[in-house]
Amino acid sequence: MALSDIRQHSGYLFLAVVVGHVLLISAQVSSRSGVPVLEAVTFGVFSEVQRTLSGGFSGVRNVWDSYVGLRHVKAENDDLKRRLAAAEIAVQEQRALADRARGLQKLLDLHDRLELATTGAEIIGAAASPDFRTLTVDKGTRDGVRPDMAVIAPAGIVGRVVVPSARSAKVQLLIDRNAAAGVIVERTRAQGVVVGGGDDRLQMQYVSEASDVAVGDLVVTSGIDTIYPKGLAVGRVELVEKNGPAFKRIVVKPAVDFRQLEEVLIVLTPTPAKEAAAGVSE
Amino acid sequence: MRAVGVILAIVVALALQTTLARYMVRGTVAIDLVLVAVVYVALTYGPTTGLLSGTVAGLFQDALSSPVIGIGGLAKTVVGFLAGVIGTQFIVSQPLPRFVVFFGASALHAAIFMGLYTLLDIRHFGTPYGVVAGQSTANALVGVVAFQVVELLPGAVERRRAAKTRLRR
Repeated sequence: MALSDIRQHSGYLFLAVVVGHVLLISAQVSSRSGVPVLEAVTFGVFSEVQRTLSGGFSGVRNVWDSYVGLRHVKAENDDLKRRLAAAEIAVQEQRALADRARGLQKLLDLHDRLELATTGAEIIGAAASPDFRTLTVDKGTRDGVRPDMAVIAPAGIVGRVVVPSARSAKVQLLIDRNAAAGVIVERTRAQGVVVGGGDDRLQMQYVSEASDVAVGDLVVTSGIDTIYPKGLAVGRVELVEKNGPAFKRIVVKPAVDFRQLEEVLIVLTPTPAKEAAAGVSE
Repeated sequence: MRAVGVILAIVVALALQTTLARYMVRGTVAIDLVLVAVVYVALTYGPTTGLLSGTVAGLFQDALSSPVIGIGGLAKTVVGFLAGVIGTQFIVSQPLPRFVVFFGASALHAAIFMGLYTLLDIRHFGTPYGVVAGQSTANALVGVVAFQVVELLPGAVERRRAAKTRLRR
């Protein structure tokens, strides 16, 4: 069939493609155990593109910064001013380096404090669709990264690994609609579950109306979800409202600013709850 | 040649989406550049190219970020096909009609996407009317601006060349 024939019968083609999609979705929904092979392979390939793009953007930014700096220097006729400008640029670079070193120091401090096996990872990309809150990091199965490993930052928990490839991994952020974590309020030990809402806030659910929870309380991980180690900061309570006769409605502001993230730690050690669950299953 | 252009447009949109989305984590209004590219292609080349580009772009987007592959693909296929049909049946050459098509396409995409996820009980979106309206408006603005830039750029370059030639004489 010629290409022009296909164009003339676009209605049939549309029907065929829609039916194909429905079959594809049906196949996955009926067997949703583990990561689909197509997803893992596609993600693995595209993460390499993301890695290259990330490097390319850094290069372009460096070239642009250099160009702006050069114009600035050319504009200065006075040698003294030129040297001062160069010194200022150097100071800024040093300050940027110091900021980066401080960030890495915080990660290192967290690494030492946790007494867990962790690996540092750099963020190289974001979600392909605005409906999902995920990030791509530059560590994968070659570095020991597996699905459902916790991802943390100095300020608190970031999310969990959902799709690892050989040299990178997709991380589902805690603010994604499908994300959840077992938590307790540090002050009163009231238990609950935080779930993402797709925006920049978390909802703490299943907290009894009788529980003592106040605005400003620190919420930490409880460890019962077998993913996140116990005691890591999740966020602070921002709003507490009555929600029906049995439960409270609690909004939590995440401890981590997801826009500012550049490096994270991936927790390689299984949580005690996960080890216990694995022991039972064996 | 057309196929290469379409694929290039989708890849560029996908690359920009994955790069810029990192800086748009906060807030609920997020532009879907891939959807904008699909509607643009559909309005420019018709329903067949629109539905095929929607299928390819949607499946690729699903494979990268969705737990179920095919839902975004189906939504973008329907939107690409219908936008292509509208593009061939009506005159959509002014900013306002284009804005309406982009807005409607974004709203339809959100309805299919969220509807299927809710129907299959995979995730729930609450009452997302405000978010969908914001996303649709943002997508429509980006789409209209993209059309204007692509159409006006060659003319502007030509006028500049002509002005330079007159000055030399």
